[in-house]
Amino acid sequence: MSCPENQALIHGYVDGELDLLSTLQVEAHLKECAACARAYENHKALSRALRSGPLYFRPSANLEQRIRAELVESGATAIRPALSPREGSRRRPPSWAWLGVAASVVLVVLAVGWFVTKPFNTPPDRLVAQEVLAGHVRSLMASHLTDVPSSDQHTVKPWFDGKLDFAPPVEDLSAQGFPLVGGRLDYLEDRPVAALVYQRRKHFINVFIWPSTAQSAPRSVMRQGYNLIYWTSSGMTYWAVSDLNYTELSDFVRLFQDRASKTVSP
Amino acid sequence: MNGADQSGLFERAVLPHLGSAYNLARWLIRNDQDAEDLVQEACLRALKSFEGFRGGDARAWLLTIVRNSCYTWLRENRLQELATAFDEEIHTGEEDSPSPEALLLQGANTRLVQDALEALPPEFREAIVLRELEGLSYREIAGLCGVPVGTVMSRLARARQRLERHLTDSVQKGGLP
Repeated sequence: MSCPENQALIHGYVDGELDLLSTLQVEAHLKECAACARAYENHKALSRALRSGPLYFRPSANLEQRIRAELVESGATAIRPALSPREGSRRRPPSWAWLGVAASVVLVVLAVGWFVTKPFNTPPDRLVAQEVLAGHVRSLMASHLTDVPSSDQHTVKPWFDGKLDFAPPVEDLSAQGFPLVGGRLDYLEDRPVAALVYQRRKHFINVFIWPSTAQSAPRSVMRQGYNLIYWTSSGMTYWAVSDLNYTELSDFVRLFQDRASKTVSP
Repeated sequence: MNGADQSGLFERAVLPHLGSAYNLARWLIRNDQDAEDLVQEACLRALKSFEGFRGGDARAWLLTIVRNSCYTWLRENRLQELATAFDEEIHTGEEDSPSPEALLLQGANTRLVQDALEALPPEFREAIVLRELEGLSYREIAGLCGVPVGTVMSRLARARQRLERHLTDSVQKGGLP
């Protein structure tokens, strides 16, 4: 095998991309041609230098945040038109349920009941989840995390007076490792809501609060890598959202609920 | 699949490869800010065409989109760079290749290697970046760049030769720190 032919193949050899026959040919050539052997050593040295690490460019942390925020925005616009046809088809009982009337009237009633109530529960929550998440991401992006930056609940709570037509419970959980960072007004579900910001290490937790008449135990949902836990009690709806892991976020929710139930009388 | 499920899936499949996407864009564009903007734009474009993505290698898929965005940008902003001829022949072993020790020594000098790589025309630069920094196979690179596997090998051959020459020239000019 001639040298020029080998010069190209040597690169395939360096990269481990040659078939067995070509590999054996190159190896045989390298044994007898000093110039090619030196070139081979050079290519390997260069390869090592390139792979050594410092040449790999890393994006700023900011880039991922920017992209996630854009995804939330486009996810929010994509979900709305997609909802109505699904809602329609879910509301309709499936045809087999009606065919089964003879077999069991009870079954049909149950099936219809489930299919009728389901769309009333799930999709609104999903829309709120999307809004809550967008609110959370926006608060971190626009460097507008808080309107009233304070770790003192007695500063944050009065700040909401006169800005909202309800008094959100503001709890101090710093002793439990969730220091209060501050409060903020936000807008969700077509109304102004209270947003409390807590911190756990480098993670922020937004708790959105607004009045509600329903009562429900905490439920959770994961959206785009964020954990959301929501519940209703004592006339308020709460949504806690963070990129914190689920276990710690639910610890936080338990602590928060515990405190809030003592300060808010139903 | 609704919008939220879709973007959740997209996040899990595609966002882990943001680092690779940025590394490729940064080497092609050679500017931090423009590279970040291009990656962001490419990600949005990827999200829009995500329904067309039928599983497989999400990294290669994202890199293809990023690469296309970069070349469009280069055509609009640095046409001259794309037009630069690179008709260097593959040199035979008869030439006096420098000793590998000289190259190794310069391997420590990152700045020098970076300059040499940045001086390569984009198609050759990306071959090196995809092979050496991303560890892609010839077949993957060929698919990504839309060229035959043989072209990938000859681009790598010429790129490495040029890099080695650049590095030894720098040494002779006293480029060592």
